[in-house]
Amino acid sequence: MSATPLRAATGGYDVERVRRDFPILARTVHGKPLTYLDSAASAQRPLAVIRAVDDYETRSHANVHRGVHALSQEATAAFEGARERVRRFINARSSREIIFTRGTTEAINLVAHSFGRARFGPGDEILITALEHHANIVPWQMVRDATGCSLVVAPIDASGELLLPEFLRLLSPRTRLVAVAQVSNALGTVLPVGPIIAAAHARGVPVLVDGAQAVAHARVDVQALGADFYAFSGHKLYGPTGIGVLFGREELLADMPPWQGGGDMILNVTFERTTYNELPYKFEAGTPNISGAVGLGAAVDYVESLGIEAIAAHEHALLEAATAALAAIPGLTLIGTAREKAAVISFVMQGIHPHDLGTILDAEGVAVRTGHHCAQPVMDFFGIPATARASFACYNTLAEVQQLAAALRRAQEVFA
Amino acid sequence: MELKDLYRDVILDHNRHPRNFGRLDPADAAADGHNPLCGDRLHLSLRLSGDTITDIRFEGKGCAISTASASLMSEAVKGRGRAAVQALFEQVHALLTQPDAPVGSLGKLAALSGVREFPSRVKCASLCWHTLNAALAQGGTISTEGGNEASAEGAR
Repeated sequence: MSATPLRAATGGYDVERVRRDFPILARTVHGKPLTYLDSAASAQRPLAVIRAVDDYETRSHANVHRGVHALSQEATAAFEGARERVRRFINARSSREIIFTRGTTEAINLVAHSFGRARFGPGDEILITALEHHANIVPWQMVRDATGCSLVVAPIDASGELLLPEFLRLLSPRTRLVAVAQVSNALGTVLPVGPIIAAAHARGVPVLVDGAQAVAHARVDVQALGADFYAFSGHKLYGPTGIGVLFGREELLADMPPWQGGGDMILNVTFERTTYNELPYKFEAGTPNISGAVGLGAAVDYVESLGIEAIAAHEHALLEAATAALAAIPGLTLIGTAREKAAVISFVMQGIHPHDLGTILDAEGVAVRTGHHCAQPVMDFFGIPATARASFACYNTLAEVQQLAAALRRAQEVFA
Repeated sequence: MELKDLYRDVILDHNRHPRNFGRLDPADAAADGHNPLCGDRLHLSLRLSGDTITDIRFEGKGCAISTASASLMSEAVKGRGRAAVQALFEQVHALLTQPDAPVGSLGKLAALSGVREFPSRVKCASLCWHTLNAALAQGGTISTEGGNEASAEGAR
């Protein structure tokens, strides 16, 4: 690979080379080069992922775990190979602890159903935080409504940080489960998951971590972290949509009933009784998203080839540059100024609704998310209906940070 | 797609200085509009004399398109009867969704014609009209996204 003169400010990380791995970044939008700053909603795919999926579809597709024929065996090897790559990526002890789901949302719903509904009742409490995405709120409300348990919410401060002492105070003998995001999708706040898990485990309370916004941006080691459940999505990790992962500690998963019945999750079925399959298949009823899993495996390989620590350092440099560039714009208020943040910047501008900002930025080729980010309680806390959110990934550049700032100044001209 | 077609001077002016902003109390009819996708909320209150809208106020938080559209609508419907309001709504709806829709007798409302080049913004401009329809019909709350609230644009 030839050396390129354009390097990011972060040491040897060659962002221009990374960009060439993502074909979509070469396109234009409304006649302007695409500046994609919405990776927290969904990251783009590198060629390695696109080709792995294409190769599987073109050469190897058949149903998994069923046939003796060659294609079925190839498909099974590809599917189970992806499971093993995911296991290594998050350092789970066993691939029996890796359950493929449609995404983070389905992974959390699985735990809500098989762990929450099956065990909780009146007097029990589920403890979450005020930073959660709707996907880590609504499933627990459904458990509450079905079982009569309570949902307890730990508050945040004006910077968007969890009030850890308040959280620890709310952790009680009634708490049966803690469910927290590792990184807030709306604000970028990194939550103190280590101390949370330590405190919960001291009381014998299991912890589910919503890692949707974390896995692509920091090394996740579920054993070192001590998480009992860890959920994430493929498409925020440069993989396909419709595939995600629930990690669960084997002792817990083994005791949980299946949540969906069907093929693949059984060992033996008669009309009188059914013997469930072993882990992880007990939780994977029906034909899975095989090509999605193959793509996720390739995405994990891609991220490892860049180095997650190198990606994190690059993104941190972008976050610092963007925070400085946006803070210099008069009338712009950053929403979420936690000391420790992932590369997500939420903001509002005086006199310009986020929806208008989104349209004006789009006309400049700059893609940001505007709205409540599926975190309406966070918006309510700050007394705003919506924010604009720029999020950065492995392929974003310092030049794009300047594009964003320029587009925001353009919006101010339009509304001047 | 030109930004200046969307954010015309009339739109920016009505966003900055919305006309008929506030709440009539008491009111003869009222309704709430909600666009959950962008968080726009609108409360509309009316005074009626028989069939005719004699006064109208709106309040709420929204983007420039929804605020300006509500402001322009409030000016346009004051003094009109239900049939005339319905006819106006149909013209505005055509303006927002159909290419080459006639501007006809829309007056200042014609400033909204740029919205049709921005499909994601059509709901912003039509929210106030659906809310007015709801107020004239039975009151209550309408939403652009269906769900448990009565559906407006979302069901189309």
